[in-house]
Amino acid sequence: MAIFINETTRIIVQGFTGKIGSFHAQDMINYGSQVVGGITPGKGGQTHLGLPVFNTVKEAVYQVGAEASIIFVPPAFAADSIMEAADAGIKYCVAITDGIPTQDMMTVKNFLRRFPENERMVLTGPNCAGTISPGRAMLGIMPGHIYRQGNVGIVGRSGTLGYEAADQMKRLGIGISSSVGIGGDPINGSSHRDILEKFEQDPETKVILMIGEIGGPQEVEAGFYAKEYMTKPVIAYIAGLTAPEGRRMGHAGAIISSAEEGAAEKVAILRELGVVICPTPAAMGETVAAVLAGM
Amino acid sequence: MDIHEYQAKDILSGYGVKIAEGGLAYSPEDAVQRAREIGGHVWAVKAQIHSGARGKAGGIKICKTHDEVEAAAEAILGKKLVTHQTGPAGKVCSRLYIEAGTDIVKELYFCFLVDRSSERIVMVGSAQGGMEIEELAANNPEAITKIYIEPAVGLQDYQAREMAFALGLDLEIMSHAVKTIKGCYSALRALDVSMLEINPLVVTRSGELVALDAKMGFDDNALFRQLKISELRDKTQEDPREMAAADRGLSYVGLEGDIGCMINGAGLAMATMDMIKLAGGEPANFLDVGGGASAERTEKAFRLVLADKGVKAMLVNIFAGINRCDWIAEGVVQAVRKIDMKVPLIVRLSGTNVEEGRRIIAESGLPIITADTLAEAAEKAVQARNEVVAKEAALEI
Repeated sequence: MAIFINETTRIIVQGFTGKIGSFHAQDMINYGSQVVGGITPGKGGQTHLGLPVFNTVKEAVYQVGAEASIIFVPPAFAADSIMEAADAGIKYCVAITDGIPTQDMMTVKNFLRRFPENERMVLTGPNCAGTISPGRAMLGIMPGHIYRQGNVGIVGRSGTLGYEAADQMKRLGIGISSSVGIGGDPINGSSHRDILEKFEQDPETKVILMIGEIGGPQEVEAGFYAKEYMTKPVIAYIAGLTAPEGRRMGHAGAIISSAEEGAAEKVAILRELGVVICPTPAAMGETVAAVLAGM
Repeated sequence: MDIHEYQAKDILSGYGVKIAEGGLAYSPEDAVQRAREIGGHVWAVKAQIHSGARGKAGGIKICKTHDEVEAAAEAILGKKLVTHQTGPAGKVCSRLYIEAGTDIVKELYFCFLVDRSSERIVMVGSAQGGMEIEELAANNPEAITKIYIEPAVGLQDYQAREMAFALGLDLEIMSHAVKTIKGCYSALRALDVSMLEINPLVVTRSGELVALDAKMGFDDNALFRQLKISELRDKTQEDPREMAAADRGLSYVGLEGDIGCMINGAGLAMATMDMIKLAGGEPANFLDVGGGASAERTEKAFRLVLADKGVKAMLVNIFAGINRCDWIAEGVVQAVRKIDMKVPLIVRLSGTNVEEGRRIIAESGLPIITADTLAEAAEKAVQARNEVVAKEAALEI
């Protein structure tokens, strides 16, 4: 099962013929993802990496049955590409692009909400490493080989910290059902809560590791959701214990704007809500192992 | 990106917001000249630094004579002002804004900001102005009105009226209040403003609604399409190391500790810093070198970290995805050879081509301490730092 993508998901790449798009498209193909083509407006009809190039996402949906899309379009044009994918009937979209203006993301979210829920595209990112269902498909820029297939769901804001978690688990022989990056921006396509909901519904996922950070309300909202609606254990690590208030720590969204957005504060609330807390970032794997052992 | 009060006022007045007459001064003589031009009998001499709460820090002085203006200017210019927003380092004031005194009847609080929970712009107001909003929210939350704006249609007149009534404004100035509120919203949408705060917004004795202070912050991700706004950047108000880092495409935040850090990815960087703290140390900085860490970039990052003379040990933690550990290792070896490093270096590599990376470090013959895991890296960094500190202490005795 896994969530969002598997070995049969038909994938297109928006920003296909660019340097970054080409590199990662090839990497996804090598991993075994069903990449069926790509979009570069004006280059429709050409062939790239042995696959068809289309001018519009709609053409890709009609002609090659595209279901999922990954966006490598520069920040100034990325919001437009996301909305094009949603309008063309793409079901799942990952936006890798870092640096999309906040107001553009507000427009995107508003645009997505116009669709009835059962026809609404799911967006994860922007400013993320993508999603991988180990052994099945990769829709992202992560090093696929560090993920082992299994029953733990990962949702996180950061790319490399997610790799760290996957690597710690692999060393302990623990595998992953899907790992989803939701990105480091203040307004993103899917929240931690949204992804927890998907993992709760996925029969293959037994426990979920949520990797959060300072800034914004999403980790705490996810904690309340887990307490109220989830049967599966949720484990969390929140990065940024040493981050001072009011300073942006790399990610556009990683900034403590009010007292409850700090790491220690989020941890206290999550613990209260019954979320298992990783004592250190070096103990993510061990904590997951302990929870699995107790099931 | 933040701008000064006088710049924010200049922008807002172009959107129909009333401001008091004022002018910029760089010297006490300038300040007196501005006061003369403005006329009247009362002037406010206001420090232009990127921070609120300037009054409490001695950055705003009300003056009744030209001599007082001169004395106030003399006292503030060149002074380091410390507020809770600047942090202990404070910010040096090199510009003054001289403004005509305003006869205040009522002080109000008003702002727009991005609400991350609803993913909308929210307008916040309170009839109890002049206070910090954080204080108000803690002590008297029911005195705050919040109105959420539907992004597709924007701020509507009824919402502006609702806010004006909540602010307790009289009917006579209702239409002007609506114009002021809508003007602020137009500026926010047109200029990619992420935060706009008018505290206080005042009602004057003559029955006008005037922005007595104005603070604006802009979305850094949108500056590519706000070139005029980008020009308003005042580099003297920003940390020089952070500016230098941004110019090199690196993301750096200076902190109080003494273990320098170079890490790829913001989340891993924060986690590594957490790990240093948990191991008993304190990080000197946050530094995300990003995805494509070339040898050149690595060297720049090293120089940036080591420019902080308080650094007693340096930790490099790279999880290579797109990157390759062997490239990183070569970059590190080159950087260490080029820069005369005086502090111990701890390197932890993981991910793509890790064996090759470790071999390069090992064969370099350089005194680099290596670690396999995150925990080990942090422990070794704290240990190396402690040894340096102990050695320094022994030398002093």
